Amino acid sequence: MIDTYVIPLIKILFVLNATLIGVTYMVLLERKVIAWVQVRLGPMRVGPYGVLQPIADAIKLILKEDITPTRADKWVFTAAPIIVMVPALITFAVIPFGPTVHLFGRDVPLYITDVNVGLLYIVSVASIGVYGIILGGWASNSKFPLLASLRASAQLISYEVAVTMTLVSLIMTAGSLSMVRIVEAQNEANVWFIFVQPVAFVLFFIGGLAETNRAPFDMAEAEQELTGGFHTEYSGMRFALFFLAEYANMIVVSSVATTLFLGGYLAPFPNVDALNFLDIVPGWIWFLLKTFLFLYVFLWVRATLPRYRYDQLMRLGWKVLIPVAIANVIVTGIVKVLL
Amino acid sequence: MGEAIAFYVISALILGFAVLVVSTRSTVHAVLFLVLNFLAVAALYVLLTAQFLAVIQVLVYAGGIVVLYLFVVMLVNLKRPPEDHSAPQRRGWLGFALSGVVLAQLAAILVWGGVGAATDSSAAQSSDLALNNVERIGMLLYADYLIPFEVASMLLLVAMVGAIILAKREL
Repeated sequence: MIDTYVIPLIKILFVLNATLIGVTYMVLLERKVIAWVQVRLGPMRVGPYGVLQPIADAIKLILKEDITPTRADKWVFTAAPIIVMVPALITFAVIPFGPTVHLFGRDVPLYITDVNVGLLYIVSVASIGVYGIILGGWASNSKFPLLASLRASAQLISYEVAVTMTLVSLIMTAGSLSMVRIVEAQNEANVWFIFVQPVAFVLFFIGGLAETNRAPFDMAEAEQELTGGFHTEYSGMRFALFFLAEYANMIVVSSVATTLFLGGYLAPFPNVDALNFLDIVPGWIWFLLKTFLFLYVFLWVRATLPRYRYDQLMRLGWKVLIPVAIANVIVTGIVKVLL
Repeated sequence: MGEAIAFYVISALILGFAVLVVSTRSTVHAVLFLVLNFLAVAALYVLLTAQFLAVIQVLVYAGGIVVLYLFVVMLVNLKRPPEDHSAPQRRGWLGFALSGVVLAQLAAILVWGGVGAATDSSAAQSSDLALNNVERIGMLLYADYLIPFEVASMLLLVAMVGAIILAKREL
């Protein structure tokens, strides 16, 4: 009873809340990091060093007037932000945050569930999120959002192919689709998969930037060309859902990249005996550190690189990333057979 | 007991969404009900402990193919309600007759064809099917049914090349 219902529920509550708090504070972190890159201070007024800024933002967004355009398709217009947000959140169900810990006389594994098709589950759930973007743009019944949503969804679909092909080579290395098994495989191999599959890692990261609609691939929100992007007509909390879903997706991509390539909750270099003292740091702290490393790179890239043009983006996706990903799968297969 | 309830609820959802797909007036809404229908079918697969199939159902059908449908539908009629073309009784009886024939065909397959073969092999396989979904499907596709699988993929390739040639007259 307790093991099947209570503990998973507590875990779900905990992970959901931690993610949502993480998402709101990602917004602050982004503003701060970009401010530092541009030699500014960033938000400083609300609380010490602006740490209460996300709460002020949330209150503002909740209190704002919620406008539905008159000619909009009401049901779809309401559903679109939800469709964007939900897949981003339920992905965390299969991500292992740490090894099994002993809490209150019970062995609690630090993941919500371990499906034997975990990685495919993440990919397929992410593919549902595209609907929110398409429908949000379509239901607004306005030109610019529609154009932006077409752009965004074309981009997402093409980069999904590249990312999925990339993951195939990683699955071949790990020998399993279960996220927990993939981390264990890195433990048994005594090496993080970033050193085994460096090409796959680079492809995954570029694909991840494009899949989350982040700079330099934030074509959907090119202000100069499309005003605000597919969510132009949204206001208040509905806009906030789109906005937060982007950050939630960043956290998803970062934690998936951590699990697949940086050994998840494993300490760095498990095969070097001189670094064994690192084991005193709990696994979930390693997981958070690695995830934040990725998140920081996301922000850093945004502050550094200019936006791609749309045709360049498509060319990169179809003519570079996908062929390289397929070649990587073939090479991995040949190496697997030879060794 | 719980499994039976889940099965009937999911089946009712599948049928309900299917009816909505053909009865709703807006094409975009029809496509959305189709997505919900596919998701419900995926839930049915999960109930059968075929998680791999369920995930692939969501990834390929709900997440891939229907997105392209949606593109086409959105670009072809932007927010225009479907025109009332001609009389509603037009060819209605023909549609009913054709769907009746298909229904009879499916029923005949269920009643006379393949039932005996399915029951004895599925009883033998169901025990390890739950354990290693992915491996079993992989073995079936790439060992037992390798040639049909490759023929099907060649067919898809030919269709793709044909579509590109039709779309781009001067290459």
